[in-house]
Amino acid sequence: MAARPGPGVGELVLLEKLLGLPKGSKYGVQGERKIPVLQTNSGPGLTGIMTIAAYLVKQAKKEQLLGSTAEEKAVVQQWLEYRVTQVDGSSSKEDTRIILKDLNIHLEDKVYLAGNVFTLADILMYYGLHHIMVDLTVQEKEKYLNVSRWFNHIQHYPGVRQHLSNVVFIKNRLYTNAH
Amino acid sequence: MQLRVPVRGPAALKVLAAAGAAAAPVQLVWGGPSEPPRAPLRPPWAPALELDSGTVLFSPNAICQFFFLTRGDEPTDLSNQWLEWEATELQPAATAALYARLVLGRTALEAAQGLGKLLTHIEQSLARRGAAFLAGDTPSVADVVVWGTLFPILQDENSLPSELQALRTWFQSMTLLEACRDAADSVLMPKALLEFKSYLQKQPPPCLAMQRATSNEPEEEEGSERALTEEEIAAAADAWARGAAALPKPWQPQKPVLPVEGMRNVLITSALPYVNNVPHLGNIIGCVLSADTFARYCRLRNWNTLYVCGTDEYGTATETKAVEEGLTPQEICNKYHTIHADIYRWFDISFDCFGRTTTPSQTTIAQDIFQRLLARGFLLQDTVEQLRCEGCQRFLADRFVEGTCPFCSYEEARGDQCDKCGKLINAVELKNPQCKLCRGVPTVKPTQHLFLDLPKLEERLEAWLEQSWATGDWTANARYITRSWIRDGLKPRCITRDLKWGTPVPLDGFRDKVFYVWFDAPIGYLSITANYTDQWERWWKNPQQVELYNFMAKDNVPFHSVIFPCSLLGADDNYTLVNHLIATEYLNYEDGKFSKSRGVGVFGDMAKDTGIPADIWRFYLLYLRPEGQDSAFSWSDLMLKNNSELLNNLGNFINRAGMFVCKFFGGTVPNMVLTPDDKRLLARVTLELRQYHQLLEKVRIREALRCILSISRHGNQYIQVNEPWKRIKGDEKDRQHAGTVTGVAVNMASLLAVMLQPYMPSVSLAIQGQLCIPPDSFVLSHDFTCTLPPGHRVGTVSPLFQKLENDRVEALRRRFGGGQAKQTPSASQPPPAPETLMAPIDSQRLQELTQEVARQGNHVRQLKANKAEKAQIDMEVAKLLELKKQLALAEGKSPEVSVPKGKQKK
Repeated sequence: MAARPGPGVGELVLLEKLLGLPKGSKYGVQGERKIPVLQTNSGPGLTGIMTIAAYLVKQAKKEQLLGSTAEEKAVVQQWLEYRVTQVDGSSSKEDTRIILKDLNIHLEDKVYLAGNVFTLADILMYYGLHHIMVDLTVQEKEKYLNVSRWFNHIQHYPGVRQHLSNVVFIKNRLYTNAH
Repeated sequence: MQLRVPVRGPAALKVLAAAGAAAAPVQLVWGGPSEPPRAPLRPPWAPALELDSGTVLFSPNAICQFFFLTRGDEPTDLSNQWLEWEATELQPAATAALYARLVLGRTALEAAQGLGKLLTHIEQSLARRGAAFLAGDTPSVADVVVWGTLFPILQDENSLPSELQALRTWFQSMTLLEACRDAADSVLMPKALLEFKSYLQKQPPPCLAMQRATSNEPEEEEGSERALTEEEIAAAADAWARGAAALPKPWQPQKPVLPVEGMRNVLITSALPYVNNVPHLGNIIGCVLSADTFARYCRLRNWNTLYVCGTDEYGTATETKAVEEGLTPQEICNKYHTIHADIYRWFDISFDCFGRTTTPSQTTIAQDIFQRLLARGFLLQDTVEQLRCEGCQRFLADRFVEGTCPFCSYEEARGDQCDKCGKLINAVELKNPQCKLCRGVPTVKPTQHLFLDLPKLEERLEAWLEQSWATGDWTANARYITRSWIRDGLKPRCITRDLKWGTPVPLDGFRDKVFYVWFDAPIGYLSITANYTDQWERWWKNPQQVELYNFMAKDNVPFHSVIFPCSLLGADDNYTLVNHLIATEYLNYEDGKFSKSRGVGVFGDMAKDTGIPADIWRFYLLYLRPEGQDSAFSWSDLMLKNNSELLNNLGNFINRAGMFVCKFFGGTVPNMVLTPDDKRLLARVTLELRQYHQLLEKVRIREALRCILSISRHGNQYIQVNEPWKRIKGDEKDRQHAGTVTGVAVNMASLLAVMLQPYMPSVSLAIQGQLCIPPDSFVLSHDFTCTLPPGHRVGTVSPLFQKLENDRVEALRRRFGGGQAKQTPSASQPPPAPETLMAPIDSQRLQELTQEVARQGNHVRQLKANKAEKAQIDMEVAKLLELKKQLALAEGKSPEVSVPKGKQKK
């Protein structure tokens, strides 16, 4: 079984491209969990996906992706943290189920994770969930309807998906009553 | 904004400190509902900040960040990095350290040592930057977040090793900050720590992220094992100590079994196997065996259980079969009923009664239901255009016609249903119809028939379905098939047929007709029960007291979920309707389908001839029960499962446990003094046992079997780790421990014997005999108790399973292979070698022949599709048979296998 491409450098490269940043950043990894490290011109570099992603957004002058108000910023922070702790830490089917349930409740009345604005949280959550979503059955996709709607929306957001496979969502529900 | 703090723990500490530092105007709420509305699931102690906008922040770090943002402190790359590090690295380790300190009673210094590398990381960062705080010269959100996590473990800087000088200084200055001090005072008084401890105890012990990463190395398929809580372990030890006295008394129902007031009364039916054929393994697992396993489970739960089944004997198929074999329909039924009964007896199916549909009770009950439907206006009369064969001088019932499916163009569709697409067909809609008896072309003629007015019953049906689905367990496929049936719209359905072999229609003008088999057959459940007891109505007209389970393969669903319920709802006599409809998917054979005509697959009467015991068959079929999706029987897998799961895992464990009692303790269960590790095992077994119940209550038979195998796997590990055979030779303490391990293991074997009973009744009985398990302990509860106490004497212990050898299994595969092996010759699976090596197999020749057979087969199908002349088809068929014969010879098999009887006339 091929190991799934772990969270880390790969998605940061995708993010750079999405943000329109020039190529050529130097990345390394640290420790057993292969935490990405970005070499910067000044100092010892930056460690961790959240940290580097926020740095890249600022480099690209797209600060709105980090949220505009204090509230939005905190919400983005919260979901980035959720992504790196809960989603990346999930190891069993049960963990995955809880995550999808969490997100499904949260997204019930929201277009994006932070409400009505597209943010970095949506981008990284999309990258982090991709390997989970591709494996879902039709029935599960319908069970987590809000997640499916959100995910489908994000994967069609210009520039986000790149080379990742398109996850197919059926428009007509197959299992109408969720008994 | 409102800050809700359910529990005074570390998370509370940092958010309060941050709120204090930012002088944020928050309204503080202690305790209260642990889950604010719409916030995703978090640990119950997580604080939540409810903003005026309605947004809820549930991450402690994000809450801290928010407070600092309102103060005007924008996050920097460095503070972000600390927050991320805290969430991913420090927090998991800190939770484990806090657990060690509070629950396991370690000292602060020991707990701090557990944080080793992480504390060094802070020390080095501080020292390298030379700044007073983590992200600069003034306290930032990073400092509050990291301090809040460390403080409950360390309490003061003296718990820190002295070489971490920079860290000690930082920690001290943080603790002296007013906001932090206030937060610590309000959160961490000793009482609060106790409160927090009780929360921790209810959680599984946290494991370090680093440890988890390594233990995942050989990636476990079903995720890592759930950790046990201290409470679960204590409860398991208590339950164990209560012993067999705590078990309920096994319920012995009176015969005949009748519903009992105040008990759970479970009525189980298995779809009635059609009498004209020998059932194959797929039929057996699809209904009778699945239902049997569940019935046995119900009895072990002390539920008052009746399991009925029987052969479905009326109908066209019997008539055709009778013509084929030159017997009367009744003779055919008698002959095959005996074959069925023998097969199920061999498979140890525990029917309370196995009847048949050709009885006077069937006529009485079916006619009664018919009269009631007629009286209530649920029957329609209509003229039907029907196929009539002038050659045979009769109207042709569905099964007497074959032709091309109007939906999927499958060429061998039957008149009532297409085997390929599964759709139900009206015989007149068939393309190119043919009389099955004389192969003549029938013509369409009008005739009178009676119809069940399903549209008129639809409303009642839907109301009932809604209620049954809400309260019962219907498998997903059963719900899905039923829903699609109703969605397509119900139409009146013909209930009469132009046949002789059936229940006569008691109405003038229809006396020469009989009931359509699908109106008639489910009534068999009632009439078979009526032949078992004259008080059958106490089961079948008693929905208040009786819970009805129907087992079947998925092709039977519409008849049990729509048509039969409509008959009963329309007849309106307080009938017991199905509460739980359990439908399986299909079982395939190796890579294809079972096929009697092609001689492919194992049929019920042949299973016995393999020399493999019935319980092994039961085990393997249940192990791959097509639950949720199709599955496939495979000989090599059967061998593998027998040798790995039964012989090496289950059999090995039970045998060792018993042998240790005999060899080391003279056949008497020794004294047991449980250590924490033993108690942990008890809790682990209890967990599996509960899972087993949970699954079986939902009739997930296949999955529940995994729990049994898990328990014996734990048992094997337990023996392996503790090595009683070595300890028995050691000192007093070692010998005592050897006794404990042996005693616990043999009690696990006793539990396994009971849990295994629904799956492998003879093996279960053998274990019961070997270990002398008292009959009163043969009952299932939710606890693992000590049923074989110290002093209990066991009998003679001997191995339960035999190894299956490759040669034997290969020989069986060849014997039952039919056309399968030659249709799929591949590099990875060389064709099996013949038993007598006359000539070496020419694999190239084999391949050529295989291709030729396939080509010729297609050619014949093409001719048939194009309605070629019969003579031409016959000639091509003869060629095909000759080719198949050559192929069989080339494979070293006797050619008879592939020349199916009964199809030659085609």
